[in-house]
Amino acid sequence: MKLDSMYQEIILDHYRHPQNRGLREPFDAEVHHVNPTCGDEVTLRVRVEGDTIADVSYQSEGCSISQASASVMSGLVVGRTVEAALGLEREFLELMQSRGTTEPDEEVLEDAVAFAGVSKYPARVKCALLSWMAWKDATVQAVGPAAAPAEES
Amino acid sequence: MTAPTGRALYDVERVRKDFPILSRVVHDDRPLVYLDSAATSQKPRAVLDAERDYYELHNANVHRGLHVLAEEATALYEDARTKVATFVGAPDREEIVFTKNSSEAINLVAYAMSNAATAGPEAERFRVGPGDEIVVTEMEHHSNLVPWQMLCQRTGATLRWLGLTDDGRLDLGNLDEIITPRAKIVAFVHQSNILGTVNPVAAVVARARAVGALTLLDGSQSVPHLPIDVTGLGVDFLAFTGHKMCGPTGIGVLWGRGDLLAVMPPFLGGGEMIELVTMEETTYAAPPHRFEAGTPMIAQAVGLGAAVDYLTELGMDAVAAHEHEITAYALERLATVPGVRIIGPPTDVDRGGAVSFALEGPDGRSIHPHDVGQVLDELGIAVRVGHHCARPVCLRYNVPATTRASFHLYSTRGEVDALVEGLGQVRRFFGA
Repeated sequence: MKLDSMYQEIILDHYRHPQNRGLREPFDAEVHHVNPTCGDEVTLRVRVEGDTIADVSYQSEGCSISQASASVMSGLVVGRTVEAALGLEREFLELMQSRGTTEPDEEVLEDAVAFAGVSKYPARVKCALLSWMAWKDATVQAVGPAAAPAEES
Repeated sequence: MTAPTGRALYDVERVRKDFPILSRVVHDDRPLVYLDSAATSQKPRAVLDAERDYYELHNANVHRGLHVLAEEATALYEDARTKVATFVGAPDREEIVFTKNSSEAINLVAYAMSNAATAGPEAERFRVGPGDEIVVTEMEHHSNLVPWQMLCQRTGATLRWLGLTDDGRLDLGNLDEIITPRAKIVAFVHQSNILGTVNPVAAVVARARAVGALTLLDGSQSVPHLPIDVTGLGVDFLAFTGHKMCGPTGIGVLWGRGDLLAVMPPFLGGGEMIELVTMEETTYAAPPHRFEAGTPMIAQAVGLGAAVDYLTELGMDAVAAHEHEITAYALERLATVPGVRIIGPPTDVDRGGAVSFALEGPDGRSIHPHDVGQVLDELGIAVRVGHHCARPVCLRYNVPATTRASFHLYSTRGEVDALVEGLGQVRRFFGA
């Protein structure tokens, strides 16, 4: 079944056993993002200590792709520097916009490579990106726009 | 509307042959099971032919020019108006205004009401301001909610709404408290696009009339599926759209009572809607042209005329009876799927063929509609997932979104069976 290319086992695992779920204190910024076409929603908090992402906590409502993506994302960015995590976000965004044409680098993206199959389904790309966009928004708010590295979006 | 009823006379397999797209296969080898007609209906060959014939043989602009093509195009466009008028039982063909879709038809009335502030005394009936109330229901499609929210913002009027019961019906318990003498217009949906509920029009209209309010019925989901008679319904306006009734996209209809349209201020200005123009001022054409600024959707109107002919030939009583049977069968079969919860009336009484539901996996965890829709699509089954442009309904029933299967005159029991089987696969896929 072609579905297996989208619903990789890693994705289903994260969906069934999400990491970092729930909203925690302390936090420096909180955002609420929605996907108006399907009603997926995420409330996400970021805690930055020094230049490191100390915590990402979230409450989300949505499909398996969006839930798993939030779990994978939080696992990947926590403990990294803001700059490194934003670099990861760019890498993931590029993968999701590739329509299945990019071979993802597992060394860099780790579990997030599992979403490569999702990039072939245009209607689902937003599901995978929702929590990443929320995290980026919250992080930029937390560190202040001037402190965040300039980038295209 | 006098066509014979009874399923023996309605041959759905023969009907399906009129729709080229229904013989498509998707994802290499899956026959298409199209259960998304509430989003848009498929089109019979007669409609496609009518549009192509129009462009190949008669194309010209309407209501101007004396040449033969202009006259033919005008006749075809105006003929479509007559067909639509007959289809909904309008007493006068001039009461049919062509718009882009239902949303534009509703906006037309909402903007006419705020434009009434600066119109002459004849438009008094349409004026709204602070202290006045606009009444809708909690089950409106965004297209019959947002234009009224916007009208309230422009005029200072207050929006009020009738709530819903737990089983997906309009709550009429406080009808008299919600629709008061302050109400200027009551705008409500005939058949809900998300719940499938067919609303008790007479009860709402009776109260609105008693307090002197105008009424607008959103018929987007009823005109394509039920015999409609505007006089019998007793409303002042009816909005509907072509593409859900086997017609093309880009054409909708506002029917309005002739005496009201006659004094209603225009919405959009431009060519076609004028009587006399000077550099200082303009007087407006009589309805329906007053409300059809610019070159209209000519080919689409012709296509809609062909759709109306097609529906009339099948007979709307027969169409309604067929869809009722399919809906009843779907409700019965869905009730056998573990984990399915219908969002909307659980019975086939006063109910149309849009069936929304939530689904739980074997572990009791809800399976998100996006995931349901994705697996069904892989099986060739097209359903709609999301909030169906009726987010307040999702909030009311505490679901982030629903999966919706919706039926039309070409839907079959076999398609319902495919859906039920597909949902079993969804549960197995996410249940592990």
